[in-house]
Amino acid sequence: MDSTIALFLIQDGVINGAIYALLAVALVLVFAVTRVILVPQGDFVTFGGLSLAALEAGRTPGAIWLLVMLAAAAAVMDAFVAAREGDVGKAVRLLLRNLLPALLIAAAVHLLAPLRLGMAVNVLLVIAITVPIGPYLYRVAFQPLADASVLVLLIAAVGVHLALTALGLVLFGAEGYRTAPVISGSFEIGPFFVSAQSLLVLAATLILLAALALFFGRTLIGKALRASAINRRGARLVGIPTMLSGRIAFAMAAAIGVVSAVLIAPLTTLYYDSGFIIGLKGFVAAIIGGLAAYPPAVAAAMAVGLLESFSSFWASAFKEAIVFAAIVPVLLWRSLTTQHADEEE
Amino acid sequence: MSRPALLRFVVFAIIVMAVPLMPFVPSFWVTLLDFVGLASLVALGLVLLTGVGGMTSFGQAAFVGFGAYATAVLTTGWGWSPWATLPVSLIVTVGAAVLIGLVTVRLSGHYLPLGTIAWGISFYYLFGNMKSLGAYDGISSIPPLQVLGHNLLDSRSFYFVVWGFVLASILATANLLDSRIGRSIRALRSGSAAAESVGIDVWRAKLLVFVYAAFLAGLSGWLYAHFQRAVTPGVFNLTVGIEYLLMAVLGGAGHIYGAILGAGIVVVLKNFLQDVLPVLFGAGGNYDGIVFGILLIAMLQGAREGLWPVVARRIGREEPRSVVTDSRLPAREMTATGGELLAVKSVRKEFGGLVAVNDVTFEVGRGEIVGLIGPNGAGKSTTFNLVTGVLPLTGGEILFKGERIDGLSPARIAERRIARTFQHVKLAPTMSVIENVAIGAHLRGRAGMLAGILRLDRSEENQIFAEAARQIERVGLASVMHQPAGSLALGQQRLAEIARALCLDPELLLLDEPAAGLRHMEKQALAGLIRRLRDEGMSVLLVEHDMDFVMQLTDHIVVLNFGARIATGAPAVIQRDPAVIEAYLGTAA
Amino acid sequence: MTILLEVENLSVSYGRVEAVRDVSLEVGTGRIASVIGANGAGKTTLLAAIMGLLPCRGRIMFDGQDIGRVPAEERVALGMSLVPEQRDLFGSMTVLENLELGSFRRGRAEISERLESVFALFPRLRERRGQDAGTLSGGERQMLAMGRALMARPRLLMLDEPSLGLAPLIVRDIMRTIDELRGSGVSVLLVEQNARAALQIADTGLVMELGEATVRGPAADLIADPRISELYLGRAVEVR
Repeated sequence: MDSTIALFLIQDGVINGAIYALLAVALVLVFAVTRVILVPQGDFVTFGGLSLAALEAGRTPGAIWLLVMLAAAAAVMDAFVAAREGDVGKAVRLLLRNLLPALLIAAAVHLLAPLRLGMAVNVLLVIAITVPIGPYLYRVAFQPLADASVLVLLIAAVGVHLALTALGLVLFGAEGYRTAPVISGSFEIGPFFVSAQSLLVLAATLILLAALALFFGRTLIGKALRASAINRRGARLVGIPTMLSGRIAFAMAAAIGVVSAVLIAPLTTLYYDSGFIIGLKGFVAAIIGGLAAYPPAVAAAMAVGLLESFSSFWASAFKEAIVFAAIVPVLLWRSLTTQHADEEE
Repeated sequence: MSRPALLRFVVFAIIVMAVPLMPFVPSFWVTLLDFVGLASLVALGLVLLTGVGGMTSFGQAAFVGFGAYATAVLTTGWGWSPWATLPVSLIVTVGAAVLIGLVTVRLSGHYLPLGTIAWGISFYYLFGNMKSLGAYDGISSIPPLQVLGHNLLDSRSFYFVVWGFVLASILATANLLDSRIGRSIRALRSGSAAAESVGIDVWRAKLLVFVYAAFLAGLSGWLYAHFQRAVTPGVFNLTVGIEYLLMAVLGGAGHIYGAILGAGIVVVLKNFLQDVLPVLFGAGGNYDGIVFGILLIAMLQGAREGLWPVVARRIGREEPRSVVTDSRLPAREMTATGGELLAVKSVRKEFGGLVAVNDVTFEVGRGEIVGLIGPNGAGKSTTFNLVTGVLPLTGGEILFKGERIDGLSPARIAERRIARTFQHVKLAPTMSVIENVAIGAHLRGRAGMLAGILRLDRSEENQIFAEAARQIERVGLASVMHQPAGSLALGQQRLAEIARALCLDPELLLLDEPAAGLRHMEKQALAGLIRRLRDEGMSVLLVEHDMDFVMQLTDHIVVLNFGARIATGAPAVIQRDPAVIEAYLGTAA
Repeated sequence: MTILLEVENLSVSYGRVEAVRDVSLEVGTGRIASVIGANGAGKTTLLAAIMGLLPCRGRIMFDGQDIGRVPAEERVALGMSLVPEQRDLFGSMTVLENLELGSFRRGRAEISERLESVFALFPRLRERRGQDAGTLSGGERQMLAMGRALMARPRLLMLDEPSLGLAPLIVRDIMRTIDELRGSGVSVLLVEQNARAALQIADTGLVMELGEATVRGPAADLIADPRISELYLGRAVEVR
């Protein structure tokens, strides 16, 4: 390996690492607030990326059906709870409040999709479809399990992943897509030959991480999310609804998924099931950070990116096996350093 | 197995074996049932691992793969006959399970299932990229099994082999659960602290159940290879692993027949979904994934105990276990040589910067009842945890019969005949009182896993249960012996913990708030029991808030406040100590 | 006197074990009611159920409204605050952030005004405002927990073992503060193992044993009752 190849591999690793960092941050966020290990985080990437590809081609993305179905399920569940309490008016209100926004978004996307309104509008539409999927998903799959153990929540998360991936195949087909870059062109910086999209990935990641830091450090709602993560009962005792924190966390996770999708879709071909593997690499990083701290998770994400790009050079066939096998010693180290983990369950 | 359970098993076995003999059962259904049998083996292992041992695995498919690939390579590449590869397949799987288990089983809480996801994916890619194993195409043309010179080519003849193995596995698993090793596995669910306190090596128990589950998965893989006559890395796939877990959750993790029920539902449903739904909705879908995902979540939300308990309620209740009272475990003598039994010397414990126990020194003499008192948060329970090895010391030393015991694991300390109870009761709530108490006699039995499976442990088991019954009578719980421990009032649960501790045949008994939650008469009875234990030569160290109880019972009292010892002496002396009065009442004496 | 909180036949079960059985109590506006009893008598469970943290049977009326179906977070908005036994502070956040979150349901506008009144009550917290809550001493933690609860401007303050693990001098300060709060119109439900300290400032008292309410009456009567003082006021450690 000469230095040119090494530099190329480093560049490749850093860019992938930046994406993994975003996903790792989302996983840490969701776990801290809701104790859900969000295995389907990568599926947000798939749904976002493939929706963008569909809009580029002037087609209505199948993801709107997922949105509508989840909204309907959430509406029925909310209404059922209200009706059981004997409050019919509230039941109807909840039914409409859940269903209407989703139907409006779906209708708007369906009408606007064939017009091919360009990149900016497409990205906005993808955000409008995918971000609400997060809170609806929380409502339907996880809110009823809010008191369950981390283990039960994890099994549920795996169930959600299984359903979403299978649904992805139905909604988007088995074909892979790659979208046009948000910005095209490339530069030469010293020995590097850098594409503008790669720079965008890095810049967007840094901006998003800074924005998250600001959100958690400065806003009351951000602080409330942190508080829910630190002490759930304490948060309830000051009046922060667990449900609200959960929905916000899931919305943010979905939003981060969409951003990652817009960034990565021009760089790699996305299939209905690619999100999972991408998400899992963010996972490796999140777990190195103990599912609790952001800076180590970001650093670890970079390390995962580099490990991946170098192992693809040396042993390309085994690169996935290597990356995932690397998680086991990390998990071991984590469980040996975290004391009384099973006492908390 | 109890008599009714055995009867149920025989009825089940007869029905199972009769199915393919019925002429009106179409071959299609027999084939489907073959797959149910194959899946049942894996699910049975998961029931033990997840439902009983409390370890969730998404990676059981990997062990199926090991079993399948081992025989595939040996039969196609080396010309071995299928039956000859069975032991090799199992040894390969068990070897892999031991290696993976050594790392994985140490993972705590949710890290364990994440670990299983990781190796589940790794093996898929690994085998998919190994050219010698046919890469993603796998290995085909595997020879069929032969019985008495007949090739088992059709699903009807193969059925008897598969279900023969399933029935044998059910029997083995039921026997295992009802044995000394089985109890140590079942004890894992109530938290490792209780299991360790009676001398169970938690890691070993976890590894055992992990390997046992892998063994069943490997067996299923071996059968699968000769039934399908081909293997691909697809058998390793994480999705398959998730489906196995779904079977266990659906049937009811923790119930043997739940595994069969869950496997049956999933296999049949999958077949239906793959055949019927694409016709309805158009091809190209993976509808079973959608349905299974939703089903898994719905089960967790609506029926976390699974379906089997619902079925079981209709079949009838479990009979209370019969106890043969005339058999006895050999009791050991109290060592009567002089000197202090327990010496705690300048023991210190810091959490972060906080000093929880501040250079505390005290002794417990032979045949002495020592009380450890102090306001809430004074460091009493922490001191208990230091003596029993649950927490490591920051400084100082602890000697038992002159031997250093600080730094030993709780299980090693239990071996030295130190038993304890917990401030927050740690019993397995669904196990009966007597089974919970019998766990306490773990160190006094010897029967291993194989003896349990083959029922060679009966006389020892009778002794253990007779001993458990004796200790339960002693603490006054004879009338609730066969009830689930979780149904008892809190005070009674504390007494059950004492009985469990007594089953260890301890020389030193540590009781953490034994009288909390007891009524006046019950307290008197407990005090009487503790006195009798002392008269038999046992030493007792107890933490208690009820001052009357402590003052009338103890020979000696140690008072802690803010982690430090502020007084020590006979009860009468302590009552007059100004520092104690200040700490308790907050008013100057 | 109007009644702010009225609890009727409240029962709480953990599995098949009943931790609290048929307990009734009331707290008058501007009064201190105290619940005393041994460890494990069900006092903490009772408070958690009243706050809505545990499912229970029976009726809970707050200010004339049946709040049985109202979740804990909304009870805060109605004017109930609980300071739990474990304090449940946000350890890795500053004292100031903890207090700000205390008025989460009151909105930004009220924060500075509430902060001033909390700092007036606990001047120590003003000094420590930039420090992480996790680094506070036991007494300061209790002050912060109470301060955080007061940030929500509660009408009913429920305190679970506020003297737990605190040195006698600090306990005296805390009790004095609770007494002052009554003066400002806050009603208090006080659960204490330190029965003497609690009964000295309370208007009414309730004794719990094994999950049941056994004795109730004016606090002064309970202090005078020889059976109560024998069981809960520390006769075993006699003051001579």
